[in-house]
Amino acid sequence: MRNIFIIANREFRAYFSTPVAYVFLVIFLALTSAFAFYIGGFFTRGQADLVSFFSYHPWLYLALIPAISMRLWAEERNSGTIELLLTLPISTTEAVVGKFLAAWAFTGIALALTFPMWITVNVLGIPDNGVILTSYAGSLFMAGAFLAIGSCVSALTKNQVIAFIVAATVCFLFTMSGLDLVLNFFRGWAPEILIETIASFSFLTHFQAVTNGVIDLRDAIFFFSLIAFWLFANVVVVDMKKSA
Amino acid sequence: MSLLIVLEKLSKSFGQFTAVDGIDLAVPKGEVLGFLGPNGAGKSTTMKMISGFLEPSSGSARVAGFDIAQSPVEVKRRIGYMPEGAPSYGEMTAATFLSFVAEIRGFRGAEKNRRIDETVDRVRLAEVFHQPIDTLSKGFKRRVGLAQAMLHDPEVLILDEPTDGLDPNQKHHVRGLIKEMARDKAIIISTHILEEVEAVCSRAVIIAQGRLLADGTPEELLARDPHHQALVITPVSGSEDQVRAALAAMGQIEAITGRDHQLRLTGASHKDVSAAIRDKNLQIEELYVERGTLDDVFRQITAPRESAHA
Repeated sequence: MRNIFIIANREFRAYFSTPVAYVFLVIFLALTSAFAFYIGGFFTRGQADLVSFFSYHPWLYLALIPAISMRLWAEERNSGTIELLLTLPISTTEAVVGKFLAAWAFTGIALALTFPMWITVNVLGIPDNGVILTSYAGSLFMAGAFLAIGSCVSALTKNQVIAFIVAATVCFLFTMSGLDLVLNFFRGWAPEILIETIASFSFLTHFQAVTNGVIDLRDAIFFFSLIAFWLFANVVVVDMKKSA
Repeated sequence: MSLLIVLEKLSKSFGQFTAVDGIDLAVPKGEVLGFLGPNGAGKSTTMKMISGFLEPSSGSARVAGFDIAQSPVEVKRRIGYMPEGAPSYGEMTAATFLSFVAEIRGFRGAEKNRRIDETVDRVRLAEVFHQPIDTLSKGFKRRVGLAQAMLHDPEVLILDEPTDGLDPNQKHHVRGLIKEMARDKAIIISTHILEEVEAVCSRAVIIAQGRLLADGTPEELLARDPHHQALVITPVSGSEDQVRAALAAMGQIEAITGRDHQLRLTGASHKDVSAAIRDKNLQIEELYVERGTLDDVFRQITAPRESAHA
């Protein structure tokens, strides 16, 4: 546990050692707000909730989260520091989890900095703050799942651009799998059970359930198990590269 | 003598390519072992396997009694490893980087600070301690890498080209450090600089194409030079023929290409020749015993075709 914390701490500070972190935070805040006000119609809806804010998170994460995760392993491999990291007396799992937690904490900060949205909606009306809280939690968990995918992909390459593009693509598939666009492709021939399975992997479906204020244990388990699975895959990838 | 590093039939292949091909090696405490070999010979790959960065394809490596495949973390605790090029996190300062490594190595509070101060002192890093590593010169970066490896006073040190790219003063300093640490550790360094082997190593192995081709003290390796212990004689100008005639009976004489007037005599002892020179009153400017050079031995052993008679 201590080692995980030490790794996470170093990794977290690394985000802030360059201006990239600040640029990212500004872009994140600008985009989430812009989507909520201009596309989501925060004012014109005339409702005291943050649905217009949260419903664009999956799409924003699609582009922004891989930008956070792409450096996690690719940069280490490119600069050779991976040799240093993996010859320290820690297990691969500790390194993987530590790095993931750092990226997740950074995303958490980005998300927390959107608090003016919450203040705004509380000033303008009387929203259900319970729903907003679960939505924030749901958004954070979804970000975690995106990050775990991105971290695993990052371990496959030393090129951060490739890590970004591949991670974004995989995340896109996970996001889209609940939409008719994808499901219609299977509907003609695949059995219902397969279609339901594919649809059940959709981030959108699970995230929308959470933002509607329904706390279903299954949605939480979904994101948790997805994070666990991709981090496990991440460990396997790092170990595989050792014996390659 | 306790053996701190034991390699048995250690091999590594990448697909079709065999980088390390069945290396057997044992390094006791107190030894500084030099890995010599051409580029791509498998030196770094071997070091990466000992330090636990790569898994062997077959064979085993044991460090301080622990098998690298079975208890990698135990092995890593006992090793200080500086990878080739001494990579480190460029955005960190030497201070934060060493603090990170110290914490991972399990040091806390006062003990951590003491270790860091001591190491920084030994590698002379104090003046750049609070600068980002990216902004440091090559020499300082190398010292950060060295500090990172020495911090926990490990039983085994693996240093991949520790003096590569350093100026002569820095080289001298690093070699001094290595010698100083040698007493209670087993140290492996890799290098192409052959003089370095003579300067710091108590033993050297020559590796080429993944195989261990020679193993011995630097002196023993030197003895493999055909010119080892040959006598080089420089006759005074004009007396070449006389000298040549007088010494012809004593051994094999050959002219040294590129150096006028000099003769190389093999198969004769220094004592006999100097006696002959005195008795016959031969006019010579210089007489010395050749030691041979590791360069020649190295080339002779590692050059693909000429290795047959080695």
